[in-house]
Amino acid sequence: MLEVRNLTVHHGFLPAVSDLSLTVEAGQTLAIIGANGAGKSTLLRTIAGLHRPTSGTITLDGKAITGLSAHARVREGVVLVPEGRRLFPSLTLEENLRVGSTAGRAGTWSVDRVIAQFPWMADRRREPTVHLSGGEQQAVAIGRALMANPRVLLLDELSLGLAPTMLRRIYGVFPQLVADGIAVLLVEQDVGQALHVADRFQCLLEGRTTLEGKPGEATPQKIEAAYFGLGPSGTGSAA
Amino acid sequence: MAKDAEQKAVTQGSIRVTRSRRPAWWGVIGAAILLALLATLPFVVYADVTDALVNVFILLVVASMWNLLAGYCGLISVGQQAYIGSGAYTVLILAQNGINPFVAIPAAILVSAILSIPVSFLVFRLRAEYFAIGTWVVGEVFFLGVARFKSLGGGTGRALPGLALMDPALRGAITYWSALVVTAAALLGTYLLLRSRMGLDLTAIRDNELAARSVGVRVSTAQRVVYVVSAAGCGAAGAIIIISQLNVLASAIFSVNWSAKMIFISLIGGLGTIEGPILGTAIYFAIQQTLAQVGAWYLILLGLLAVVIAMYLPRGLWGAISSRLHLQVFPVGYWLHNSPAPRSIPSPSGGGQGGGQ
Amino acid sequence: MNWVNAVVQGILLGGLYALFATGLSILFGVVRVVNLAHGDFAVLAAYLALVVVTTTHLHPLLTLLIVVPLFGVLGYFGQRLVIQKSLDVSPVTTLLVSFGLSVVIQNALLVAFSADSHSFDVGHLISASVQVTPQLSIAVVSVMIFLSAVLLLIGLQLFLSGTALGRQIRASADDQEAARIAGVDTHHVFGIAAAIAFASVAIAGVALGIYSSFDPSAGPPRLIYAFEAVIIGGVGSLWGTLVGGIVLGVAQTLGSQIDPSSGVLAGHLVFLALLALRPQGLVRARLAA
Repeated sequence: MLEVRNLTVHHGFLPAVSDLSLTVEAGQTLAIIGANGAGKSTLLRTIAGLHRPTSGTITLDGKAITGLSAHARVREGVVLVPEGRRLFPSLTLEENLRVGSTAGRAGTWSVDRVIAQFPWMADRRREPTVHLSGGEQQAVAIGRALMANPRVLLLDELSLGLAPTMLRRIYGVFPQLVADGIAVLLVEQDVGQALHVADRFQCLLEGRTTLEGKPGEATPQKIEAAYFGLGPSGTGSAA
Repeated sequence: MAKDAEQKAVTQGSIRVTRSRRPAWWGVIGAAILLALLATLPFVVYADVTDALVNVFILLVVASMWNLLAGYCGLISVGQQAYIGSGAYTVLILAQNGINPFVAIPAAILVSAILSIPVSFLVFRLRAEYFAIGTWVVGEVFFLGVARFKSLGGGTGRALPGLALMDPALRGAITYWSALVVTAAALLGTYLLLRSRMGLDLTAIRDNELAARSVGVRVSTAQRVVYVVSAAGCGAAGAIIIISQLNVLASAIFSVNWSAKMIFISLIGGLGTIEGPILGTAIYFAIQQTLAQVGAWYLILLGLLAVVIAMYLPRGLWGAISSRLHLQVFPVGYWLHNSPAPRSIPSPSGGGQGGGQ
Repeated sequence: MNWVNAVVQGILLGGLYALFATGLSILFGVVRVVNLAHGDFAVLAAYLALVVVTTTHLHPLLTLLIVVPLFGVLGYFGQRLVIQKSLDVSPVTTLLVSFGLSVVIQNALLVAFSADSHSFDVGHLISASVQVTPQLSIAVVSVMIFLSAVLLLIGLQLFLSGTALGRQIRASADDQEAARIAGVDTHHVFGIAAAIAFASVAIAGVALGIYSSFDPSAGPPRLIYAFEAVIIGGVGSLWGTLVGGIVLGVAQTLGSQIDPSSGVLAGHLVFLALLALRPQGLVRARLAA
């Protein structure tokens, strides 16, 4: 459904993503793993429309979206849950959710369905989100993205700063996503968690793909080598 | 691949760092010659030429001072006229008490600088965008404060005593030389400041304040120093103004029109460079001379010009020229040479300097 | 020395200042732009109303129906075409551009209308004063202006908190990037915010013409008072602009009681004192309304 071809993205003069390609199908989860600075977040942000790529294309079901603005991509169904949650501090929980539906896409997600997914939200709808814990905020951020009825969901570092119990609850939403046929592109530093939930994975180092495949196929050693750039071809290169 | 080669060159220590692309001596000699030539003018030309030059110098000084604050600290002040006025009135008060106005010029500088210190603590509390109006309010307070005193002329202006008995030609010449000295000092002072360690801090602040703070640059100290220097320079300009006009009117000397001039000149010439205000003053003066008859229209034109330049040519004319020709009259950056042909690494966030790292 | 009268007049004057301050506050709060031509736009609106009055002989209050929507449109397109472009260059650019515009507007008005000052004749009823007590008389006009400021603020509060567009505005003001990835067209939303800001500037301009008088150079002082009201009240708080306006108004009228020529200076001094002692403002700001 989502296809990225030969994407190159620069931060000023530095290439953050170099000639990268990937595909994600409906109902599938592709995990992007890699160390800090490997280009994972930049990749997601570029797909979401927050960065302009230097070259390469992004297509959604064959339709090119490379030139679309961020909010236009949401209308097409490409929605990002950004790193660090980025909730709106002066809005309540419910208002944060409602903003998510601005693009007006048709679908089954609504405030009620989000609350059904995360029942603890029911009592705290009118609370300002600054009062919520990290995990609760993450849930609201996901809920906000779901309110847009996405076709492609981009998740950036869900697990940062979250306790394991909270994380499990968050990841508990994945079966729903699969059932809805949403294509999920998941960026994670927690490799174990990512491989646990993904259908396929791709490992990035310095903006390039070093390894890809199904979680069951790759040995831990292979992944480690790809993650850190250790390999038969040379010494570990500086980040 | 070029990057690898460059990295190798760094580790092998074959990089040379210099302050300018060509040896700076030609600049020093050129400036000295120019200064000498200008100093001889009162002997060579009529008084109206030197009088006009005094006005040019005043504009150049205030524009440079504003540019220091705006171009290097990103602080847009619309209130530097407070210090122009305080400089002028210092001279007036001292002259009223028997001190020769020319001798009073250093006092004007000092008073303006001292006044700016407590003011800085107030206005720096305002976030960048509101800083502009805050400084404007301070200017208004200075004006209203001074206007209350009848002895200073109140609302109707006051003549400057102490120079009436001087020969007009001599007075004009000494005024001219004073203005020349003030201007040279202002430009030299700015140049030295920017070449110094603090200048490096200021350039860092100009490019990215947050990054500068995170590497330990004492941002508010640097900004305060610049604010005080800027005030001092404006105080000097104010002293020259009252001496050349032989009187002062509060509503004129504290007028926000001075800020308008500083802004227009700096915009036209180029923010964040020393050369910019020089070029900008020349252009502004030319426009002023040719269009002054047209009255309000010329201000409309200037305002539109400022808008267009701010939006489409943000580095001003000097910025456009210097980036094309890699030209710097006042070399304040650093150049890397690691091969026969020096390459500059342009600063990503603009500013008018031709080189830097 | 009529202190009660001075305080009441000051409070009512605060309503006028709040009208001026609201537009400034919205534009800064949402779009992060300080418009140095703010006062001049208000004066431009007043002149526009003047033109309407002299050509159509409409009652000045009715000119609001023309001038306010016009300025709303001006604000929307001004934001999308000029302000957004300036913001893309650098944050400093908007200040410089607005300063340039200030000079252009003042001088264009001077060329078009001369330096004479004007005011609006609103008829006997509204120009009347009510003698509340022997020491206190209140002008109907002042009360009307104060009430319109309150109504404007209530209206804005309801809009921002109760409508989807208002929510989008608050979200965009909080975090523009996050709003974009939530599907909000932030450029459009900022245009709406600017339209609201300019519409309130238009109201303030007409109010100025009704309350006192205006001439081409009347803009900058109004900008300063608006700014002082915002800072005194607290940046980021809508109701703070009313509180700030009232404090400023009272400071000025009390100052005038002490010394007739010192009203404005008194206002400045109160502002500076508050800046020194409580820079965050009197009203604790949540980030939007």
